[in-house]
Amino acid sequence: MKVSITVNGKDYENDVEPRTLLVYYIRETLGLTGTNIGCDTSSCGACTLHLNGEAVKSCTILAVQADGATVTTIEGLAKDGVMHPMQTAFMENHGLQCGYCTPGMVMAAIGLLNENPKPTEDEVRMGLEGNLCRCTGYHNIVKSILAAASAT
Amino acid sequence: MIPAAFDYKRASSAAEAISLITQHGSDAKFLAGGHSLLPLMKLRLAQPSMLIDIGRIKDLSYIKDAGNHIVIGALTRHMDVETSKVLREHVPLLADAAGHVGDAQVRHRGTIGGSIAHADPASDLPATTLALGATYVVQGPRGQREIAATDFYKGFLESALAEDEMLIEIRVPKMQGAGWSFQKFNRRAQDWAIVGVAAWRRKDEAGVALVNMGSTPILATSVASAIANGASISDAAAMASNEADPQTDLNASTDYRKHLASVLVRRALEAASK
Repeated sequence: MKVSITVNGKDYENDVEPRTLLVYYIRETLGLTGTNIGCDTSSCGACTLHLNGEAVKSCTILAVQADGATVTTIEGLAKDGVMHPMQTAFMENHGLQCGYCTPGMVMAAIGLLNENPKPTEDEVRMGLEGNLCRCTGYHNIVKSILAAASAT
Repeated sequence: MIPAAFDYKRASSAAEAISLITQHGSDAKFLAGGHSLLPLMKLRLAQPSMLIDIGRIKDLSYIKDAGNHIVIGALTRHMDVETSKVLREHVPLLADAAGHVGDAQVRHRGTIGGSIAHADPASDLPATTLALGATYVVQGPRGQREIAATDFYKGFLESALAEDEMLIEIRVPKMQGAGWSFQKFNRRAQDWAIVGVAAWRRKDEAGVALVNMGSTPILATSVASAIANGASISDAAAMASNEADPQTDLNASTDYRKHLASVLVRRALEAASK
């Protein structure tokens, strides 16, 4: 089936099998491997990207469901070589260890601040309930998001 | 994990969706947000030969004040239920419970109708709408009918919906200032409840339903009767499991679940009685 999806500002048109999951379309059809697959059961949040501006888990969405939609992945955040403020905040606050959960964490964090621009620490921790860090590095991830919130 | 192959059709109205499912029979399934169905398909626990995508039917996503009750379109997403001003004012228990479903990403996709039609006893919204005395409106080839939540849940993942019927609306009575509480006991924030309780109370009137305490969501009628007959909260809460038949699984034994249910019902009624 034909799908037209705008990813990181670029329009794509591809023929996909209905069972193709959005994360596989992004990674394998488009070659954008910044979005990771972790648990593959919509628990861990590693595959989080933005669908029409909202954080979603792309392992539990069919590419055909995203037909006509606008998608932003981790690769679409930096503009002209300048990182997104959330990426900068993660870098400055050491918000990552092994880095596997990081693209999903950053996309979830931006989604969180879009809906709640000045969250408390508790709200950040609850807002990240859908993202697991296998290094358990939550302390600095929360610190990074609070820093990004106060910088804007 | 990738689901088994299936055909895919998109419906632009409830009538078109019903005509498609009538045409394609029992191997076809409706796809709304997909956050219950797709995980089952990825694990090959469900292998429908066709998905009928109802997710784009725009006129089934709404929350409206209809006098004595609030009507909610079946395709309204959990996030929209959670943040609805109308629901926060008139049915705050449902808005709060919707905020306990999964996580933010899941709540951006999952729908209230999908959750209810899936009839998972471990889900938060089937039990919550049961406690609130909701009615579900379903549409099929022979027109619409209403099913009381108390008549809807027939068994594990089984409901009173016929194969060619679609849930289109949820009608929830306004809570009229009743106290309420949603209690959810789980190990990780995003998890299903090991046991959950949705409760409201207005003087000696109460509604209490249990999550994950049997093969369907359970209406704890003994608790409500006890409150109506003037029992103390702790005496009423001791009857929490009278109607329940909880399983033993990796998370909890039957006895532990019954203990949790009485503790959580007591907490919920205390909070709802303030």
